[in-house]
Amino acid sequence: MTTKDEVIDKERRCFIRRATAAVGGVGIVAASVPFISYWMPSADTEAASAPIKIDISTVQAGQQLTVPWRGQPIWFIRRTPEMLDTLPLLNSTLRDPNSDEPQQPSYARNIHRSIKPEMLVAIGICTHLGCVPTYRPDKGSISPAWLGGFYCPCHGSMYDLAGRVYSGVPAPLNLRIPRHMYVSETEIMIGQDSEGEGE
Amino acid sequence: MQRLLAWFYARYPWQEFMNNHLSGYYAPRNFNFWYYFGSFSLLVLVSQIFTGIWLTMEYIPVSDGAFASVQHIMRDVRFGWLIRFMHTTGASAFFVVVYLHMYRGLIYGSYQKPRELLWLVGMLIYLVLLLEAFTGYVLPWGQMSFWAAEVITSFASAIPYIGKGIMVWLRGDYSVSGVTLHRFFALHVIFFPLLIVGIVFVHLVSLHKVGSNNPDGIEIKDHKKDGIPVDGIPFHPYYTVKDILGIVVFLFVFCTILFFAPKFGGLFLEPENYIPANPLQTPEHITPAWYMTPFYAILRAIPNKLLGVIAMAAAIAMMFILPWLDRSKVRSIRYKGTRSKIAITAFTICFIGLGYLGHEPVSPLYTFLARLFTAGYFAFFIFMPFYTATEKTHPVPERLTE
Repeated sequence: MTTKDEVIDKERRCFIRRATAAVGGVGIVAASVPFISYWMPSADTEAASAPIKIDISTVQAGQQLTVPWRGQPIWFIRRTPEMLDTLPLLNSTLRDPNSDEPQQPSYARNIHRSIKPEMLVAIGICTHLGCVPTYRPDKGSISPAWLGGFYCPCHGSMYDLAGRVYSGVPAPLNLRIPRHMYVSETEIMIGQDSEGEGE
Repeated sequence: MQRLLAWFYARYPWQEFMNNHLSGYYAPRNFNFWYYFGSFSLLVLVSQIFTGIWLTMEYIPVSDGAFASVQHIMRDVRFGWLIRFMHTTGASAFFVVVYLHMYRGLIYGSYQKPRELLWLVGMLIYLVLLLEAFTGYVLPWGQMSFWAAEVITSFASAIPYIGKGIMVWLRGDYSVSGVTLHRFFALHVIFFPLLIVGIVFVHLVSLHKVGSNNPDGIEIKDHKKDGIPVDGIPFHPYYTVKDILGIVVFLFVFCTILFFAPKFGGLFLEPENYIPANPLQTPEHITPAWYMTPFYAILRAIPNKLLGVIAMAAAIAMMFILPWLDRSKVRSIRYKGTRSKIAITAFTICFIGLGYLGHEPVSPLYTFLARLFTAGYFAFFIFMPFYTATEKTHPVPERLTE
């Protein structure tokens, strides 16, 4: 004969088991936060990524200057008028000729993708898998129809002289234009503009 | 001594363990050449762990010191060159034996019921092994190391919306840097090896629950006399002796490569990786290590970044679900029909072809071939439920044939 006390209350036991699992689960999730956050860039890594000021007075027409910032090559290319003339000719062969994708600040959303038409400032990292494309300004150097631009040696992605990607290549997007502003006629601040800081 | 042993046996199940898993563990008597590669994998794992621990004693996991410390191991440390070449040759040997081990499972249907879990656990080992190999490849901090880290971590950026955030989280910096190197070191020497040893243990436990398959694909447990499979022989001494013979041959080949061709013509160690990492210059021709080239070829064959990464992941995922794709009544290729034989042959050609193409520069012809082989690779898996269910199979004998 069993008394009421000896009967196992299955419902109650089940509730307690679930409640314990839930509290324990919340604890594990909470404990995982520091372990996951640990992998984000540390304070000094972030500090090392502060905006930098670059003097571009030495860059001659047609030349490329590469400066490392946040471990990425930042390109400064002073394009000649002939180079700028090639840009409108290519529109039909490009994936995003009008820079509709948010790969640039609003002030670089134009045909030459820059503040001053001649001076291109871009992050030299292929939008496919992060290789550094090569600067190939010479006509016909990649293919007979080549008008000058950037060619990625990894998987053959091509960009024009404004960093706009060709269609039919692995790279999906135009080269990124970082936030930048002219602090004087010859100096550009990278990673900062009138709207704020960042890439 | 007798009393000491008796004291020990009373406190530890040593004899029970040896009996259950070696001298009283019955395996099919018809294991052939293909059955060496499981024990070779174990041997290479042990070798990698020991040489790896020795290398950490002299290696420096920071961006300014990593490259020089590897040269220090190669030139200054006594027998450093040997330990390092054992580790680098071991990495490639690991994939050689693991690929052959997997191929054995594929042709003899070792993934079929009741060994689905065994196959899944094995695939998990393979996946972690790829991660282990990748993180190790980054450590010498040469050009190929750096750009492999760059390319592979940027796979994450293909994920819509959160991809960029995940990429920064993986790298611990806004680009691949010493921070990335240092965490890959931690993953390579502690996290992944620990995981691999753990999963290998689970792999063996699940193997000993269901028992080995064999080239005939017949269940030896169906014919028992006095509770012992009549077509089985005790693992020890029969297969331990067989495996030791195999290991002698394996070590002969391994040492020949180790001493005479450790770079293996640039396949095991690329010349490009003898140039220190330079974030501002991509090598003219980037290739992953040979054991990842089939998947790299699939990635490159697809002209869309997100779809390319998805296809590459799907190529590995297909191997995971293999046990549920094969609807054949028989296990072994010996008794499967013509369609299965053609399919496996075509698959072998596609996989090796992709492996070759993934190592070569892109050209229009090679891109076309890579697409063809990619289609073949996926067709093998996707059509498997149909060709295995409909083909006429050969009658399977009751007992082992050899």
